[in-house]
Amino acid sequence: MPRGWLQRISIVDLYLWAFRLVVLFVLIYGTVGTVRAARYGPDVWMDLLVFGLSQGSIYALIALGYTMVYGILRMINFAHSEVFMSGAYVGYYVAAAFGRSGYLDRNPLVSLLVVLAVAMTTSAVVALLVERIAYRPLRGAPRLVPLITAIGASFFLQYTFRGFFGSGFQAYPEAAVLRGKLVVAGIPMLRTQAVVIVASVVMLLVLYLFVMRTRTGTAMRAVSEDMEAAALMGIDVDRVIAITFFVGGAMAGAAGLLYALVFKQVHFFMGFIPGIKAFTAAVLGGIGNIPGAMLGGVFLGLFESVGPILVLDGLGIVAPYQLRDVIAFTMLVMVLIFRPSGILGERLAAKKA
Amino acid sequence: MRAGGPWAEAIRQGLIWGGVAVFLAMVGMVDTFAERQIVAGVISLGLLLLVLTALGVGYQVARRAGGPVAAVLLRGALAGAVAGVLVAALVWVASVVNLRAMFVSATPRLFALLSFGRGPAGTHLILLGWALGGLVGAAAALLGGAWRRPLFAGLTWVLVVGLFQEVVQLVLARTRAGSAVQMLLFSTEGLLPRGALIIFALAAGGSALWAWSHPATRRWSEALPSSRQRALRALSLTLIILLVLLVPVAAGPFLSQVFVLVGVFALLGLGLNVVVGFAGLLDLGYVAFFAIGAYTMGLLTSTGQHGIAGMSFWAAIPVTMAASLVAGVILGIPVLRIRGDYLAIVTLGFGEIIRLLVLSDALRPWLGGSQGVLSIPKPAIGGFEFRGPEQLYYIVVAGCLLVIFVATRLRDSRLGRAWMAVREDEDVAEAMGINLVNVKLLAFAIGAAFGGLSGAIFAVMIGSVFPHSFQLLISINVLALIIVGGMGSIPGVVVGSLFLVGLPELFREFAEYRFLVYGAALVVMMQLRPEGLLPAAIVRRELHAAEEPVAPPLPAEPAEVRPASDG
Repeated sequence: MPRGWLQRISIVDLYLWAFRLVVLFVLIYGTVGTVRAARYGPDVWMDLLVFGLSQGSIYALIALGYTMVYGILRMINFAHSEVFMSGAYVGYYVAAAFGRSGYLDRNPLVSLLVVLAVAMTTSAVVALLVERIAYRPLRGAPRLVPLITAIGASFFLQYTFRGFFGSGFQAYPEAAVLRGKLVVAGIPMLRTQAVVIVASVVMLLVLYLFVMRTRTGTAMRAVSEDMEAAALMGIDVDRVIAITFFVGGAMAGAAGLLYALVFKQVHFFMGFIPGIKAFTAAVLGGIGNIPGAMLGGVFLGLFESVGPILVLDGLGIVAPYQLRDVIAFTMLVMVLIFRPSGILGERLAAKKA
Repeated sequence: MRAGGPWAEAIRQGLIWGGVAVFLAMVGMVDTFAERQIVAGVISLGLLLLVLTALGVGYQVARRAGGPVAAVLLRGALAGAVAGVLVAALVWVASVVNLRAMFVSATPRLFALLSFGRGPAGTHLILLGWALGGLVGAAAALLGGAWRRPLFAGLTWVLVVGLFQEVVQLVLARTRAGSAVQMLLFSTEGLLPRGALIIFALAAGGSALWAWSHPATRRWSEALPSSRQRALRALSLTLIILLVLLVPVAAGPFLSQVFVLVGVFALLGLGLNVVVGFAGLLDLGYVAFFAIGAYTMGLLTSTGQHGIAGMSFWAAIPVTMAASLVAGVILGIPVLRIRGDYLAIVTLGFGEIIRLLVLSDALRPWLGGSQGVLSIPKPAIGGFEFRGPEQLYYIVVAGCLLVIFVATRLRDSRLGRAWMAVREDEDVAEAMGINLVNVKLLAFAIGAAFGGLSGAIFAVMIGSVFPHSFQLLISINVLALIIVGGMGSIPGVVVGSLFLVGLPELFREFAEYRFLVYGAALVVMMQLRPEGLLPAAIVRRELHAAEEPVAPPLPAEPAEVRPASDG
C-alpha cells in the first residue's frame, strides 16, 4: 500500500505540499511571534473581532447571491458585485434626499427602512435584467461563454453607473442615531456595527426560511438538484432562475446599504473587492450551500480583520494592514486550490468545479 | 418570428432601440461626443449617435420581416416613431424634474440636442425626426447590395476621416502635397462639407470599382501559374512589410506612440491567446506577468536607486522573459487541477496579490512601493538610441513579428494540437495520452514569457514602472481584445488591439467610455458572434456546429459567381 502511494505521488503533489507547509509555517510563526510580543491588549482584539463580524455578515449577504446562482446555473455571476454596488448607489440618492430634508434625523427608522427597500429593489431589478438580457440567451452554451459574458456585464454595469452618476466618491449621509458607541453584553461596539450585525442575521434567517419552508424555495432547491428532472416535475425553470437572481440581488442590495452605512461612501468601483471576498466566502462555505455561505462570510470577515495583525505583525512586516486584501486573496487561492468543496465540504466533485 | 406579427415586432424594436437612445443620452455619450464635429457645423458625433440609432431601428425592422415595400417602409417609420416617443418622454421628464441632481450627464445641452433646441415644445419634431430616421433606415435595408455597399463605404470613410481628423491632418501636414489636400478638405473648424463630399465620392467610387473588378482580377490571378501566384503573394507581403516599416516616418511621434501601445497590447494579447485561445484556460490575472516583466526590466536596467544590475536592455530581455517564464510555472503548478470558472478566479486572485504586494510598504525598499522604479534607460545599439516612440516602434514591431512567428509555429505543432485537445475536453485529451501537467504548464509558461516581453517593452517605453499600471483592467482589456478579434486567432489579436487600444488612444472623448463599450462588446459578441471578428477556423466550426447543415447537396449546375453587380 505505501509503495503504491509513493509511486502515485508526482512533482505537482510535492509542490503543493511544499506550498501548504510554507503557508502553515508562516501562519504559525507569525502568530507565535505576535502572541509572544503581546503588543496589543484585549480591547484591540475585541474591536477587531467585532469589526470582522460586521464585515463578515455583509460578505455573507453578498455571498448568498453567488452561491444560489452557482447552485442552479453552475456559473459564477461576476456581475453580482455590481448588483451590490447598484443598490448602495441608488440607495444613496434616497438617503441623501432624506438627509437634506432633515427627515433622516427626525425619523431614522422609517427613512432607513425606505432606503433599504430602495436598495434591495434596485439590486434585485438589476440582477433580473442581467439575467434576462445577458445570461438567458446563453443557456447551454460552452462554459467559457457565460463566464466571459458575466465579466462583460460586470464592466458594463460599472461604467454605466460611472456615466450616470459621475466618477467621484459620494458621501453617504449619517443618521445621528447611528453615531457613537454602545455596549452589548460587555462588548463595546460602534452602533453601525450593531445595526449591521442584527440586520444581517435577520435577513439571513428570513432567506433561510424562504428557501427551506416555502413552495418557491422548494422549487429552487429542486432546480439546483437537477434542472431537467425539476422541469419534468412541472417546475417553470426559467421562472425559478429569475426568482433566484431576484432574491440574491435583493440580499446584495441590503448588503450594499449596510456596507455604505459602515464606510459612509459610495463609488462606482466599490463592488469589486467586496464582490471577490464574498465569492471567497461562498467557496469557503462550499458553493451552492446557503448556510455555508453565511458561515464562510463570517469566517472570512473575522480572519481578514484579525489576520494582518495576528499573522503578519509577528513576522515583522511593515504596515500589515495594507496587506489585508492579500490575506483575503491568499485565502481565496488556497481554498480553491486545496479544498474547492469548501469547509462544509458538501457534495461537489470534479463535475461541478 | 415572435407572436404578434411584424407590426408588433416593429413596436417592440422601437421600444428597444428607443431605450438604447435614452441610455446613450443618460450615460453621457451623446453629450460628450457632441463636442466632436464630424463635418464642421453640420453634424457632431453626438448627433450622429442618435441618427445611427434611428437608422438602426429602421434597418433592423426591415431586415426582420419582408413584405410589400410600402409596408416595410411604414413599419420602419413606426418603429422610429416609437423610439422617438421614448426620447420625447425623456425630454419632457427633464423639463419637469431636475434630473441633473442625480445624473451628471443630464446637461441642458443634451436636451437641446435631443429636442432640436426646443425642449418639450419640440416633441413633434422629435417624433418626426425619428420616424424619418426609421424610414431611411428601412429604405437602406431594401436597397440592393450593389447600391448599399458603396453607400455604406462612402459614409464609413467620411465617418472615419471625420472622427480622426486631427490625426489625418497631422499626417497630411507633414508633406507639401499633403498640405494641399489638407487645405482642400479641412478648415480650422474641421472637416468641410466639401471635403466630406469628396471623401464620400472617392470611397463610394472605390467600393463600386472594387466590386466590379474584384471577380475579374481574382479570376486573372487564379489563372496564373502557381510560381507566378507565389511571386505575387511574396510581392504583396513585401509591400505590406514595407508599409509597416514606414509607418513612423509617415506618422510622426504622436501616432507612433499610439502604435507602440497597440503593439504592447498586441504582444500581451498574443501571449494570453496562447493560454485562453489555444489551451482554453481562462486567465484573469495575466497582468501579473506583464508586471513581472516590467519590474524585472526596471530592476535590471534602472540607473536609479532601485536598479540592481545596470544591465543593458538587450541583455535584460532574455532574463526578463526567463523570469516571467519561471513565474508562469510557479503560478501555474498550483492551478493545474482547477478548471473553468475557478481557474479564472484563482488567477484573478494571483494578479491582485502581486499588485498589492508590489504596492505595499513591506516591499518598498526593493520595489519602490507606490513610487515605483524610476530612470530606466532607453535601449541603444552602438550609437543609435531608441529615444522616442518613432524608434521604439521598431522594437515593438520586431517583438510582435517574433511572437507571431513563434505562436503560429506553436499552434501548428504537436503541442498546439495537444492544447486544442485540452481546450475541447480535458478528460478525453488525457485519455488520449496527453500529459495534462506538461501541456498546461507550457501554455502558462509561454504565455507568461510573451507577457513578460510586453512588460519589458512597456517599462522601457514609459521609462519607469509604477504599480498603478498593473490593474485588473489591463487583464480585462487584453481579454476583450482577444474575444473581439476571435479567440485563438492570431490576426484577430492584432486587429483587436488596433481597434480596442488604438481607437481609444486616438479618440480621447471615447476613452472615458472604453470600458463601457468593452463590457457591452463582450456581452454582445458572446451572443451574436462568439467566434470573434476574425475567427480561427476551428473555433468557428465548433461554435456553429449545430447550425451548419450536414454537407449540403451540391447544385447540379456549375456554381454561379456572385450576381453581376452592374448597377
